[in-house]
Amino acid sequence: MQYMLIYFETTEEVNKRNNPELAPAYWAGWMAYIGAMSESGIVLSGNGLQPPETGVKVSIRDGKRQIMDGPYADTKEHLGGYFIIEVDSLEEALEWAARSPCTLNGTTEVRPVLPPPAQ
Amino acid sequence: MTASAHKVAETVARESFGRLVSWLAYQWRDIAAAEDAMSDALLKALIHWPEKGIPSSPEAWLLTVAKRQLLQKVRHEKLALASTYFAVPEEDVTDDDMLKLAAEIPDKRLALMLTCAHPEIEAAIRVPLMLQSVLGLQANEIASAMLVSPAALAQRLVRAKQIIRAQQLSYDEADINDFPNRIQFVLEAIYGAYGIGNDDLEGIENRISDLTQEAIFLCNLVCELLPTSAEAKGLLALMLFNQARKPAHHSADDVFIPLPQKNPQLWDKKMIQQADNILLDAFSQRQPGYFQLEAAVQSAHCHRLFTGVTPWNAIADLYRQINQHFPTQGSLVAGAVAMAEAGNPQAAIDLLESMDKKFTQNFQPWWVARAHVFFLTQEPDAARAALDRAIGLSTQEKIINYLSELKNRLNTPE
Repeated sequence: MQYMLIYFETTEEVNKRNNPELAPAYWAGWMAYIGAMSESGIVLSGNGLQPPETGVKVSIRDGKRQIMDGPYADTKEHLGGYFIIEVDSLEEALEWAARSPCTLNGTTEVRPVLPPPAQ
Repeated sequence: MTASAHKVAETVARESFGRLVSWLAYQWRDIAAAEDAMSDALLKALIHWPEKGIPSSPEAWLLTVAKRQLLQKVRHEKLALASTYFAVPEEDVTDDDMLKLAAEIPDKRLALMLTCAHPEIEAAIRVPLMLQSVLGLQANEIASAMLVSPAALAQRLVRAKQIIRAQQLSYDEADINDFPNRIQFVLEAIYGAYGIGNDDLEGIENRISDLTQEAIFLCNLVCELLPTSAEAKGLLALMLFNQARKPAHHSADDVFIPLPQKNPQLWDKKMIQQADNILLDAFSQRQPGYFQLEAAVQSAHCHRLFTGVTPWNAIADLYRQINQHFPTQGSLVAGAVAMAEAGNPQAAIDLLESMDKKFTQNFQPWWVARAHVFFLTQEPDAARAALDRAIGLSTQEKIINYLSELKNRLNTPE
């Protein structure tokens, strides 16, 4: 079964990336986690993302385009990255979610991937 | 008045829920219906007791109301099945009747536990089933403790109860004599709920740790209801030895402390002696088994409190026996660490390497053990790589910090 692990980081966590004192531990945590996951052979694809201020949101309402630059003031947790993994059960996916560094203060969401439509 | 009625209802719910549900489930052969009826009776109690006063036997009151509820349900569903099983309660029950009834409520919790751990019930759902029906825990509480989806767990609980009802699984304690391994399933489920990782390994993670009190309660219950089981006593001693060391697991500033560095003066001496007595009592029954051996290991660790040293040779010997007769992934890893500590790191590496890679690659304790052995043999590169894997597989911040600290120490030799 394929699941997407979606990592939501708190603003405080995201900011560690730019703090020379905290950045090494921040990245070491993620590297250890990603390393363990890759070594177990379950990763199909995935990426980390640039910080939220690099994001731009687009929406169209009543035919009118709206463009908004990040970071978005109304969100406390930011999408930091994702993985698509292949595991035997939801429980296994939840275990990998629990191991992610951002689960300690942010959240990791586990979502089953929609199977491709039957031909 | 309202507050005190609430309090009585709460106390009765906590102390008697399992006993009352077990008795109803035994009579009706239907756990789900028994739970529903008892929850309903509790709600009614919260309405009636503040108005009319707390009955002289709250338990009997609840049981009577719950039975009435079940009976109505049966009439409603026009099922003829259960009416022969028990006497129909009268419309109005007097205090005297209730007192009589209260004295007659037999303890069927052991029977219910045996049913929950029936071979027909899949192993993974036995613990949640017991926690829900015997202790009245909610599905979402259990789900968080066991790291499963609450909705999925609720569904599986419903399915398990349907199987019990549809297949009319037996509720008879007498089965213990016919199938001695049935009680072993119950004990295994309790052990699973306690979730002892082998914490004689440094930096090991326990998968489940929030349900320790519930597990001890259930095991005490089994010991009380089935005094002939030496293994039940072994499991109780095992859990108490672990509990006794709890105060020393984390330092004042909440940093994880590995067992060999734990300050034994913080251990609960009285609890250790209590556990020792229980274990001796179990040994005297001359039915050796897995839990008694595991308890013996923990007893050996605890004896550092009295002797000042950890008897690693004795611990390695005990693990050798465990791994010969009852090997688990956890006991193999713990056995390897004991061998290394007893001065034989090569045997430890060989044992670790002999384990199933498919399992060990994501088994955090295996990587911690590996790192530890390479630390002892002074192979820092191999130790560092293993620590990295262990950190990536850990979920608890304290453990991650502790393992990272170990790694830093490898990077900067003193």
